Amino acid sequence: MLAKRIIPCLDVKDGQTVKGVNFVNLRQAGDPVALGRAYSEQGADELVYLDITASHEGRKTFADMVRRVAEEVSIPFTVGGGISELHDVERMLLAGADKVSINSAALRRPALIDEIASHFGSQVCVVAIDAKLDADGWHCYLNGGRIPTDRGLFEWAHEVNERGAGEILFTSINHDGVKHGFANEALARLSDTLSIPVIASGGAGCKEDFRDVFTLGHADAALAASVFHFGEIGIAELKDYLRNENISVRL
Amino acid sequence: MQETPVLTDSPDMLRSADKVVFPGQGEASNAMQYLRSHGLDKVLLSLVQPVLGICIGQQLMCRHSQEGDVDCLGIFDAEVLRFRPERHADKVPHMGWNQLASPSSPLFEGFNGGEFVYFVHSYYVPLCQHTIATTDYVLPFSSALHKDNFYATQFHPEKSGSVGERIIQNFLSL
Repeated sequence: MLAKRIIPCLDVKDGQTVKGVNFVNLRQAGDPVALGRAYSEQGADELVYLDITASHEGRKTFADMVRRVAEEVSIPFTVGGGISELHDVERMLLAGADKVSINSAALRRPALIDEIASHFGSQVCVVAIDAKLDADGWHCYLNGGRIPTDRGLFEWAHEVNERGAGEILFTSINHDGVKHGFANEALARLSDTLSIPVIASGGAGCKEDFRDVFTLGHADAALAASVFHFGEIGIAELKDYLRNENISVRL
Repeated sequence: MQETPVLTDSPDMLRSADKVVFPGQGEASNAMQYLRSHGLDKVLLSLVQPVLGICIGQQLMCRHSQEGDVDCLGIFDAEVLRFRPERHADKVPHMGWNQLASPSSPLFEGFNGGEFVYFVHSYYVPLCQHTIATTDYVLPFSSALHKDNFYATQFHPEKSGSVGERIIQNFLSL
């Protein structure tokens, strides 16, 4: 049976892992390659590395890190942050990444999704969507949740699917960093109407939240950062728990 | 692992290699066109050392693929088909970790079935006389094939953690 995936996410700045709380405050959480290897050994199913560095120097550091991850970690990993054209995608794939995640660049120029899918295959293209539930519904946000757009979440997710993305990584800005569970209602609506896998992100605080994101949110995978980085939830114990809750996981 | 792989499309280097890994991702008809235009289809068929096809490598070693309606290498007498799921929950591509059943080959030395390996694919090889492991997604399909010196896996051993490392080690020990 296809397993539900548990995916630790590592935000990387200047070669170090950091995690934003509600996308703002940054705290150190270790060396990204060592952390990735440790997660792989504990049973993580995939890894996501997000480059949150802005400088040119930092970008080079990140590509070197991707190379080291590919050498030292034998599970699939996705990289994102600052990818806005095919050349960036190619650079990351050559460095050894399995998939790339695009976010603001796709909202600004949706054809980028078609281009990645046709050049490298849909499986390479993860489209990340940061959305917030406002008074009049879910809206997509640019630049790590700072700039609102008039794009509706569901409308955009369907376009992303149609254009050939391989997966959608949906982060609820309302839930991110709050640790009170994932946005299960919106997730279920996405998962039940899209033909590609949905990765849930934003809100993991306890093991029950992961159970609920699979049973109520119908997610194919769940992504989290700080609960793993600070050892609040161990991946092995989480998977044991999920198996006891009759959720298919890889042990 | 001690072995050092070399990435090559040189016929001489392929013929003289101890083992050949034929990996890949991409689209079947383009990949076959590339192989034919470089004469690599004939080289692959002529190899006598152990060969391991991975993912689309496995599909190209079959007789024909629905993807791009293309004739392939024909090592395995099987037709590559596209998944046609009947339930919405079965999404295509089949992406993620799924289990091996009935592993029966030196490639799976030490395996009992139930091991998880990593898949990313939209096309599959049905069960056939060459099947050495099966996986269930939409329907039971061939997750690995073997004939003579040719081995192939639909999943990615190189991305399948310690289970995948064991498979690669078994291949290197053939």
